Amino acid sequence: MRPGTLKQILLITDGCSNHGENPIAMAALAKEQGITVNVIGVMENDVIDEYGMREIEGIASQGGGVSQVVYAQSLSQTVQMVTRKAMTQTLQGVVNQELKQILGSEVTMENLPPDKRGEVLEVVDELNETVNLEILILVDTSLSMKHKLPTVKEALLDLSLSLNARTGNNQFSLFVFPGKRKDVEKLLDWTPKLESLTTVFNKLTPRGMTPTGPAIKEAIKHFGKKRSLKGLLSGDHDEEFYEESI
Amino acid sequence: MIMMKSFTKSQFNIKYGTIIQGKWHQNSYKVIRELGSGANGTVYLVDFNGNKAALKISFEPMTVTSEVNVLKSFSKAQGVTLGPSLLDVDDWVIGTQQYSFYVMEYVEGVHLIPFIRKNGMTWLPILILQLLKDLGDLHKQGWVFGDLKPDNLIVAGPPIKIRCIDVGGTTPIGRAIKEYTEFFDRGYWGLGSRKSEPSYDLFAIGMIMINSCYPQRFLKKEGGIQQLTQAIDASQELRKYKSVLIKALTGKYQTADAMRKDLLKILNGQTVSDQKRTVRRRSYNYNQTRQRKSRRSWVMGVIETILIFILISLLYVYYILGNIF
Ligand SMILES: Nc1ncnc2c1ncn2[C@@H]1O[C@H](COP(=O)(O)OP(=O)(O)O)[C@@H](O)[C@H]1O
Ligand SMILES: [Mg+2]
Repeated sequence: MRPGTLKQILLITDGCSNHGENPIAMAALAKEQGITVNVIGVMENDVIDEYGMREIEGIASQGGGVSQVVYAQSLSQTVQMVTRKAMTQTLQGVVNQELKQILGSEVTMENLPPDKRGEVLEVVDELNETVNLEILILVDTSLSMKHKLPTVKEALLDLSLSLNARTGNNQFSLFVFPGKRKDVEKLLDWTPKLESLTTVFNKLTPRGMTPTGPAIKEAIKHFGKKRSLKGLLSGDHDEEFYEESI
Repeated sequence: MIMMKSFTKSQFNIKYGTIIQGKWHQNSYKVIRELGSGANGTVYLVDFNGNKAALKISFEPMTVTSEVNVLKSFSKAQGVTLGPSLLDVDDWVIGTQQYSFYVMEYVEGVHLIPFIRKNGMTWLPILILQLLKDLGDLHKQGWVFGDLKPDNLIVAGPPIKIRCIDVGGTTPIGRAIKEYTEFFDRGYWGLGSRKSEPSYDLFAIGMIMINSCYPQRFLKKEGGIQQLTQAIDASQELRKYKSVLIKALTGKYQTADAMRKDLLKILNGQTVSDQKRTVRRRSYNYNQTRQRKSRRSWVMGVIETILIFILISLLYVYYILGNIF
């Protein structure tokens, strides 16, 4: 199996969106284009209300990803766990698709006999280690997030430590919402080094609204920009592989 | 029969006497009691034809598959005594639901920290020596244990023997570490990568020793080796092993065996040097001075002989001249 590129949006927020498009619909739009949306809800002393919880779970399930609500202090471990889990989930989806093609419509990993399942998992593990990953991080910088931002920064540095231990390539990009003038603002363009976020992160000023939907919409476009630029340069269409199979 | 205990962390709650029957191999296991649970599943003590065994069941079928893959390759590789032996792997169907499980050897004993609290600190270095031996074998087979921590260590016996359970984090050398716990992860402390290599496990061993003297653990403040050194210095017990601990925590050991040897030295009352090279240079210098010394005494000897020879010749000349006149 050829390793392609996995595309993920990692949304870090502490509550409900209150501006612009419906974020769950935007997550659906992302998934249609082969981009997985993962959501992490950060609590401090406050709790996230019922409505916020439902939105967080809704975005992730619609976006084919994983969600988790945590207290700020366990953010680091959660961010890397959610990312890895979502990668595995997507890769398993790809492998299941292949199995169906080879063995018939009803066959998935889960209903193979345990021995065969073990062999298939080795393939998934191998892909997990070697696949290229593009991950766009979307950080909610509304006022309520103010005290949590240093922890978010730590967690993102920690994420790059985990992902950079893999053999596969990583590309990171960082957006925050709301931005200075617009709903969303790009802080970091695609880069293999997430460490460079430290300087930009320290200058952030949290403000008003929570336009989660528009942020996801903008994030999707940014994947597009990268692909077309790359396509122009190399004519490489390998990356389409996972989109079709999901 | 099965209930979600909490909203975020889903756990099993299977009652005493429940029969878990596998769909593929048809073996039946009677649940005796829960042994424990963690992030990946719940482990039950079960009865299988009158024998005790441990059964791990999970909501994630791939977690079971992944751990079974590791345990299987252990049983293939001879000499690896780490981890419980694997007995069965299957799926349990109840109603419309299906859960994967595997059955392994029941490791009867207590966790590391309660064991030390009960039996005393003397046991700590001994158990660590045992663990380093097994880890060395594991590394030679191409694996890194990964999620090494007191929760995943059971002291069995007598005879007292430390055993690793929970191979959920076990990773082939060279890949990214699959699973870890922050306090025992060198990445968290800013002291290394999350690539699986033997030194990753040896760092965790150092932290296990620290945890044994700080059962409540502690949070990262400034992190790095400074904070950990302070913790070592503040503990009378840990200070004894300071040289080994610092080397393990800063990734100076390439093999479990090297760390084991240093620990043994301390237990035998010898000192451990920081670096191998100084030892070698020092002994080289020592040889050189000794050589120089012996050469000097040789030169002195020659001079002595010549002086005596000249003196005797002079006396002889004096004697002859005295006879003539
Ligand atoms: N083979 C075994 N024998 C005895 N107790 C076990 C065994 N395996 C697991 N346990 C107990 O169950 C607990 C949880 O199991 P573990 O495999 O560590 O789960 P998790 O992967 O979720 O952390 C362990 O801490 C231990 O107390
Ligand atoms: Mg465990």
